[in-house]
Amino acid sequence: MRNPLSETIVGIEPSGIRKFFDIVSEMKDAISLGVGEPDFDTPWHIRDEGIYSLEKGRTFYTSNAGLKELKVEISKYLYRKYNLEYDYNHEIVVTVGGSEAIDIAMRAMLDPGDEVLIPQPSYVSYLPCTVLANGKPVIIELKAEDEFRLTKEEVEAAITPKTKILVLPFPNNPTGAVMRKKDLEAIAEVVEKHDLFVISDEIYSELTYGDESHTSFASLPGMKDRTITINGFSKSHAMTGWRLGYACGPRLILDQMLKIHQFAIMCAPTTSQYAAVDALKNGDEDVAMMREQYDGRRRYVLHRFEEMGLPCFEPLGAFYTFPCIKEFGMTSDEFANALLKDQKVAVVPGTAFGACGEGFLRISYAYSLESLKTALDRIENFVIKLRKQDK
Amino acid sequence: MEGMREKILTFIEKNSRIDLKELAIVLGVDEVTVANELEQMEAENIICGYHTLIDWDKTGIEKVTALIEVRVTPQRGMGFDKVAERIYNYPEVNSVYLISGSFDFMVTIEGKTLREVSQFVSDKLSPLESVLSTKTNFILKKYKDHGTVMAEQKKDERELMTP
Ligand SMILES: Cc1ncc(COP(=O)(O)O)c(C=O)c1O
Repeated sequence: MRNPLSETIVGIEPSGIRKFFDIVSEMKDAISLGVGEPDFDTPWHIRDEGIYSLEKGRTFYTSNAGLKELKVEISKYLYRKYNLEYDYNHEIVVTVGGSEAIDIAMRAMLDPGDEVLIPQPSYVSYLPCTVLANGKPVIIELKAEDEFRLTKEEVEAAITPKTKILVLPFPNNPTGAVMRKKDLEAIAEVVEKHDLFVISDEIYSELTYGDESHTSFASLPGMKDRTITINGFSKSHAMTGWRLGYACGPRLILDQMLKIHQFAIMCAPTTSQYAAVDALKNGDEDVAMMREQYDGRRRYVLHRFEEMGLPCFEPLGAFYTFPCIKEFGMTSDEFANALLKDQKVAVVPGTAFGACGEGFLRISYAYSLESLKTALDRIENFVIKLRKQDK
Repeated sequence: MEGMREKILTFIEKNSRIDLKELAIVLGVDEVTVANELEQMEAENIICGYHTLIDWDKTGIEKVTALIEVRVTPQRGMGFDKVAERIYNYPEVNSVYLISGSFDFMVTIEGKTLREVSQFVSDKLSPLESVLSTKTNFILKKYKDHGTVMAEQKKDERELMTP
């Protein structure tokens, strides 16, 4: 028999989270701070709309790009929140999560050998999606001393004549870093100067905590024509299982993305789309409530790190913290494994999000305050133990 | 400070057991501020007590609760408030609400048995001068109370690790 597999696919590393997950799930009664999704249920009125749409027999395909009503609401929402102006008719496609949007954006823009700048630590799918689209990933290593923000200089240093796309993964998973408006403006200059395109993954745009609210990259002068804005309902409205997101951008690119979407997916889940209309029409208060809860937990977790002397910059976005464990002289993997064995607490090694995550852990605060407290008590025990051993 | 009060109240309404220090961290203010606000709100009787939500059904200890619709005639020189006071002074009475609609007060009464509650209604409540009529509704099962679903404890059903 011939080899049935594609070399490209076989060459892609399986996700580091997956590996660790298998170990964690063997461990009985482990508690986890390892999830990347909200602990809240989808607000009831949104679920109710989903149920209602099923009762009404709305069980057919929608048009490829999504329900018109939903696209109109997305367009209104993006304008209201981020001052973005997208024509619902040609500049928005509703996708199966932000995940699909990332994939089809890469595929619509890349030719073999085109380079994609991927700042890391960052979400696990940018790199494989680049490779699957025959692009060449070029990693930019973000630094703790910059609070894991991307600088103009870092982008310039990575640019070659083959560079085509810059991924902007902010607010960031796993670091919780955000880009301020002025940081983005500096990036926009480089993008303009070198004629780049941007995939701006703003899936956590609703979850920012500082004084400065989220700036959408495409809202900067001249950037709309160069940017695919990716967002969705998973994080903002606690709707991960509904599998619903969207991509917005200039028609030139969107038309081609829609072509891939049309052949590979047909349309995003109909029930989810009806529910999402309600999420955008009536969900602002829920989003605000969840944000406030995350913010309180964020402060609590940071306070605990401070008490136990774990260095951690103040993350202002998403629901992750990214403390540094370099003092213990272990790799992130070793630390996470030892913590799991010793205290039965699961956290994600920073390296799951890129090699430069070495020396860090991703600790999620998408958990109740009580759960966080229990888990952090155990982490504190572990840290104290390690420091004693060192002496 | 109104905003801070609302934040404190919203939080402790769901979780009154959190300690002061943690509450201060979560709200992002210093402990003294929270302590002062709490003390003041207790003094102003905004915070009227700290209670525990118990599902007695699960304990095997007998308890019945009835919701009693009460119609009254306010007596001369004695508004609804006076009548309410007559009613709420009985320790058996758990709550008294003045209600809009077809009756005047909603009174909840707790007792050990149906008999005990019925007896209270017939011996104490109905004979009150201003009470015109009562209608007793026994609670058969509590599904949700104070915003909390009693039946099941919510489990975290998420995968242990996700990207
Ligand atoms: C940064 C980032 N982008 C995109 C996604 C994909 O989310 P979804 O496909 O549920 O919209 C995630 C999920 O964890 C994420 O963290």
